[in-house]
Amino acid sequence: MATVHFTSNLRRHVDCPSVESTGGTVKSVLDGAFASNPRLRHYVLDDQGALRKHMRILIDGQAIFDRHHLSDSVKPGAQVWVMQALSGG
Amino acid sequence: MAPTVMVSTRKGLFEIGKGRAGWKVRDGHFLADNVTLMLRDRRDGTDYATLNHGHFGIKLHRRDRGRKTWHEIATPAYPPKPDGLVDNDGWGKPVNWSTQLIWSLEAGGPRQKGTLWCGTMPGGLFRSRDRGESWELMESLWRHPDRNKWMGGGADIPGIHSICVDPRDPDTVRVAISCGGVWVTKDGGLTWKQSAHGMRYDQGPVEEAANPDTQDPHMMVQCQGDPSKLWVQHHCGIWRSVDDGVSWTEVKAKPSSFGFGVAVHPRDAGTAWFVPGIKDEKRIPVDGALVVTRTRDGGKTFRSLKKGLPQKHAYDVVFRHGLAVDDSGELLAMGSTTGNVWVSEDQGDSWQHVTGTLPQVYAIRWA
Repeated sequence: MATVHFTSNLRRHVDCPSVESTGGTVKSVLDGAFASNPRLRHYVLDDQGALRKHMRILIDGQAIFDRHHLSDSVKPGAQVWVMQALSGG
Repeated sequence: MAPTVMVSTRKGLFEIGKGRAGWKVRDGHFLADNVTLMLRDRRDGTDYATLNHGHFGIKLHRRDRGRKTWHEIATPAYPPKPDGLVDNDGWGKPVNWSTQLIWSLEAGGPRQKGTLWCGTMPGGLFRSRDRGESWELMESLWRHPDRNKWMGGGADIPGIHSICVDPRDPDTVRVAISCGGVWVTKDGGLTWKQSAHGMRYDQGPVEEAANPDTQDPHMMVQCQGDPSKLWVQHHCGIWRSVDDGVSWTEVKAKPSSFGFGVAVHPRDAGTAWFVPGIKDEKRIPVDGALVVTRTRDGGKTFRSLKKGLPQKHAYDVVFRHGLAVDDSGELLAMGSTTGNVWVSEDQGDSWQHVTGTLPQVYAIRWA
């Protein structure tokens, strides 16, 4: 079981408190998080299921490598952070 | 209902109405969010707003007639890109099959309630038949081999910014693409043909200048009361068609034929308005004086309209969707990159400055 956290910036658009999710990869963990919150999916992933350009995912503080297929492994108890760059004026 | 100007800006959607003290900003929606376009569907009074959340992608919201609240509906989405497919744009860059901007949104025919057309970057055209609850990609256009000639103009990637649903037959739809010319379907989207013949792109190889597939129309409009006639503000000038877009003829305006937007009178196809800039590489008003040019004779002559507009140190640019005429043909409104909005009640002869403090204006619609 991993815990997935989202930023306050994203929570302004979609109600997405931290959620526990099972799965061995980033993709399966996110699928679990999206299952109860389907609108969230397209805020994080693009039409092809890849991580959006300015989004970033950290697993226990380490950025994932595979942004397209989300195949990085997730260990039980991991803390998964879905983050984004901040820009603009 | 009193006419309202809907202003889509970098940081919200604003309503402008006329009271005893003149035209004023009355209300704002989606404050701090990037609203790129809105549509008031005249068939049922529904409002649609397109948002670009940047990091979080493109979203579409709907507000039913008379309601105050908006709610998110489906965003047009591309199908999975087939593994191994080589799909490059005209620059040779791989096409990302993902909606990166909603650049045009129009209602279908008067009897096609709930039908919407939506043009996007990177060039996909979508249709909804259920008020935006779901969308279908126009595969026939998306899979047309000539799409690989399309390319970005001012943007990095190509996009559909103009959609004209023919008032004589809603199965006839014309779209204009930067940069990909003009495409027309006469069978509701089953088949498409290029329809930018006569336009010229004069800033590249001479042998390519007349190639319709690489033309850069900035904006296309169709006269609702005389629909065989269309206008295009093109990257390289102004073109007009009087034969359903089969052929296009260039006309020249002063002080410049460069610009982004165009509005056509709803019944008099010979009357159209433009907002000129110096030229491609200098996108500011000529001599720092903002003017609107108007023709009343199909482009034979133009008059420069400046009463009420700033004539010194004005560096406003009016984007392609930033100029609009209302259904009466009397009211015009325009909004600029520097957050100014003007309204004219006399077909552009004079202009009233409504506000100079809005965020950058992307689009103006009369509602």
